[in-house]
Amino acid sequence: MNDGPRFGIGRGPLFVERQTYRRRRLMDAARVVPVVGLFLWSIPLLWSKLPEAAVPTSRALLFVFGVWVALIAVAFLISLPLRPVDKPEDQPGRNS
Amino acid sequence: MTTLNALIAVCLCYVALLFVVAFVAERSAAQGRVAWLRYPMVYTLSLSIYCTAWTFYGAVGNAARSGLEYLTIYLGPSLVMVGWWWILRKLVRIGRSQRITSIADLISSRFGKSNLLAICVTILAVVGTTPYIALQLQSVTLSFEVFAEAANPGQSLTHNATALYLAMGLALFTVVFGTRNLDANERHHGVVMAIAVEAVVKLLALMAVGVFVVWGVGGGVADTLQRIDASGLGEWQVSGGRWAGLMFLSAAAFLCLPRMFQVLVVENDDENHLRTASWAFPMYMMLMSLFVLPIAVVGLELMPEGANPDTFVLTVPLSQGADVLAVLSFLGGFSSATSMVIVAAIALSTMVSNHIVMPIWLRVAPGEGASVSGDVRHVVMLARRMSIAGILFLGYLYYSLSGGGTALSTIGLVSFTGVAQVLPVMLGGIFWRGATRVGALAGLCTGFAIWLYTSFLPSFGPGHFMSGDIVAFGPLGLGWLRPHALFGIEGMDPLLHALLWSISLNTLVFIAVSIASFPSPLERLQGAQFVNVFQHSVGARGWSAGVAQSEDLMIMAQRILGAREAQALFTREAAGQGRGGQLPDPSPDFLQTLERELAGSVGAATAHAMIGQIVGGAAVSVEDLMAVADETAQMMEYSSRLEAQSEELSQTAGKLREANEKLTRLSVQKDAFLSQISHELRTPMTSIRAFSEILRDSDGLPPEDQTKYASIIHDEAIRLTRLLDDLLDLSVLENGQVNLNLRRGSLRDVLERAVAAAVADDSQGVIELRRDTVAEDITLYTDLDRLSQVFINLISNARKYCDAVDAVLEIRVQSGNDTVILDFIDNGTGIAPEAQDVIFEKFSRVSDQKAGGAGLGLAICRQIVTRLGGKIDYLPGQQGAAFRVVLPMAID
Amino acid sequence: MGKTVLLIEDEPNIIEAISFILSRDGWTVDTHSNGHDAVEVVMGRRPDVLILDVMLPGKSGYEILSELRGSLSPKDLPVLMLTARGQSKDRELAERSGVNRFMTKPFANAEVLEAVRSLVVA
Repeated sequence: MNDGPRFGIGRGPLFVERQTYRRRRLMDAARVVPVVGLFLWSIPLLWSKLPEAAVPTSRALLFVFGVWVALIAVAFLISLPLRPVDKPEDQPGRNS
Repeated sequence: MTTLNALIAVCLCYVALLFVVAFVAERSAAQGRVAWLRYPMVYTLSLSIYCTAWTFYGAVGNAARSGLEYLTIYLGPSLVMVGWWWILRKLVRIGRSQRITSIADLISSRFGKSNLLAICVTILAVVGTTPYIALQLQSVTLSFEVFAEAANPGQSLTHNATALYLAMGLALFTVVFGTRNLDANERHHGVVMAIAVEAVVKLLALMAVGVFVVWGVGGGVADTLQRIDASGLGEWQVSGGRWAGLMFLSAAAFLCLPRMFQVLVVENDDENHLRTASWAFPMYMMLMSLFVLPIAVVGLELMPEGANPDTFVLTVPLSQGADVLAVLSFLGGFSSATSMVIVAAIALSTMVSNHIVMPIWLRVAPGEGASVSGDVRHVVMLARRMSIAGILFLGYLYYSLSGGGTALSTIGLVSFTGVAQVLPVMLGGIFWRGATRVGALAGLCTGFAIWLYTSFLPSFGPGHFMSGDIVAFGPLGLGWLRPHALFGIEGMDPLLHALLWSISLNTLVFIAVSIASFPSPLERLQGAQFVNVFQHSVGARGWSAGVAQSEDLMIMAQRILGAREAQALFTREAAGQGRGGQLPDPSPDFLQTLERELAGSVGAATAHAMIGQIVGGAAVSVEDLMAVADETAQMMEYSSRLEAQSEELSQTAGKLREANEKLTRLSVQKDAFLSQISHELRTPMTSIRAFSEILRDSDGLPPEDQTKYASIIHDEAIRLTRLLDDLLDLSVLENGQVNLNLRRGSLRDVLERAVAAAVADDSQGVIELRRDTVAEDITLYTDLDRLSQVFINLISNARKYCDAVDAVLEIRVQSGNDTVILDFIDNGTGIAPEAQDVIFEKFSRVSDQKAGGAGLGLAICRQIVTRLGGKIDYLPGQQGAAFRVVLPMAID
Repeated sequence: MGKTVLLIEDEPNIIEAISFILSRDGWTVDTHSNGHDAVEVVMGRRPDVLILDVMLPGKSGYEILSELRGSLSPKDLPVLMLTARGQSKDRELAERSGVNRFMTKPFANAEVLEAVRSLVVA
């Protein structure tokens, strides 16, 4: 995905305002969240199924739901500042 | 005990409520009051059609059988939602900028608007969704059965009748609200609102049952957890393959299910809603799945051995005497089923009517095709309604044929695997520009075929569509083609086996064929539009401010509007923005104004595309390009017309220029004539005056001198007279006052006389005459004296001007029926081309050389010949000066 | 031996008339009747006065005079120009070419004589 900011035609400043910078890092975070989620939810693949070392279902349940809640919370936190702003500088953030 | 009738009454009330909700929403939307319909939460709730009756009932059943495996069905979509920035955002943007109406439309649009692909996806979707609809019918029927059993044990319900009524009711609702408007963007506010309500109902129902189970039966959270651990599901027993595979499958299905695409992309009102849904929908799914395992565990404990775990949601409350809760739960399941069926029917009917019925109709009914828009509209509506009814009927058919025996979740997963076949093509389409139509077709067909063979057909059970022998030993005994052990890989879970082979071979074929094939221009264009959608589009209609460069706009506007108009416009706009003296800010308003101004000059589509280029955020769709092409065609036609006109003009201009040159030459000649006539008059006068003074003043001149001078005076006086005669002659001829003295006579005689007269004056050099006296023997009826005058002029001109050493004048005569042509050709250097068209004008003289004439001779000749009904022209291309006289044999 | 006059004129009758008038007054009159080589003739004979017609075959009087004025000033070579075209434009052209006297045909014999005399005296 091309998320580079677009200022006019083919030129953009090398350094951007603090606000814009923050926004871009949030976009990075938004991209990382599902990867982290996938990783965490893949952990059960490693759990042993041998009777003597099996993970109790209640603990599995708590783990899966815990990750779930965390993901929802992070997604919520990220989504808030990513709301579109009318200022031109932020246009790329929403559009690109 | 709730009676069945009461239950039906509740159902009808509920359905009536949905009708009211949908109706109110539709009316609000129609009146433009859409604000409350556009809450992000409505969007989020509408996504809940993912949670169908299958998940409502089946999840508990699945949990009762396989423990935590049921969670994967929710985890996959949760990851997709949380990762909205990756895929969904792009899909939604593409859907908006390309006006996508369905997933089939997306795929077809991406691959060069290929209808074949659309048909493939549609068929795949219909085949994949039909069992799913059957599943919904089955689950509702099942839930009725539960109540019937409870109310009246032993009495069995007629399954098929329930399912049929249900199918008919759903068809009615869908037809009424799903085909109300035929908007380009295919949004159905009423339906969306109704399914949002249903989302709330089913969530509340399941959570109510869950709360009842955990706190009412299980004795609190801790106790319930202990019960879980103590139960047969107490340990993590999920197969790793299924855990990962189902998570992937559910994520894929979430993106590819036609109904999900409908609510996620097509019904999306605002990209920004996705932002809210990114966390709110995972939360919804989490809540939906929160109590599933407790209900399953408690159900297993409470219900007798062999009870269907798929109905625990109903049977557990019923067994505890919580009838109201059971009814609520029933409504939840009912909602899940109806909302899914409604949206799926809308999505599929859109696909079927747009990609199958309409193309066929347009082909079958040519001539009256797309030109009559109202008619088409009617046909589309009808096609949609028929499709909805057809799809629901198919679902019902599947249900009654399959007998509704198989466990719910199995049908669901088979269906998921089917629609997931679209995933490689879809993702390839939006992320990889190299994906081609042929590749997509090949990949889809491969995936579809493998799915049919390994998953769909065997799902009917041995003996239905596929004999048990094939399942056990492979077709024709080819063991490596066994549906559940392709290529000899045995022991895999059949679902995973089907998923693995279908998706991987699908992807492989898709990529390989794409690489090997070459896309058409439209495909490449669409590919670029899709993959780089964020560079080509903006979120909202209109231009995004700030990115455009005022200078660039100014330059472009100047080119199109002209410098003055463009500057006036920019100055006006700048003043309007309170920025007098500077360039205006490229605000959206200004850009729109500018676009309108430009559109007046170059057409709307071109203007849009041009501004788009500069602003850099244009959604240039294929329609835009088509419009540009149209305009260009019009402009080309116009300009070719202009070209023809301008050619005409330039011809006229050329003629004018010629005429002007001629006039200029004539004017110069006129000046020259005044000088000339002055010269011609003064020169003889000078001699006359000088010699008469000499004669007067000089005494004693010798008599021979006196005689000489007197004769000079005499000659010059005659010269003057002749000049004045010529002038008068010409004047008379020009004014048409001449009286022709018509007589019959021989041309030879006329020429004879003319030659005699012309050579009589031997002061003018010698010229040899060549004549053809035989040819000259023609009798003419004309003014012989005037004609003679012409010949004298031509002969003496030749004598005067022919510059050859041995001057020769040849007079050729040809006679036709009633005309005679005389050519007078000498052997001199002739007359220069630039002089040829003025020699017949008055007072023109070819050279300054002293020739004795005033330049009136040829002018007089032309006047005479014209009077005689003929014409005289210079005859170019001869060796010397040549004149052609064409005369009628007789004047009328 | 009187002063020499060179007359460049193409009308034989006018040549005859002017020659008669001037030679009777004691001038030696040379004549030449075309414009082509007029300049060379003038340079070769170096007359005291040049009488120049305007409309000459080959080269006009103005052209001849302009060329002569390249090397000979009005003092070195007084020129009387005769023209049968009596327009004011012709007078201007003549003056621009560096003529000493300008006279329109037909002229009175006495005028020509007076003009030639005045050119030599000056």
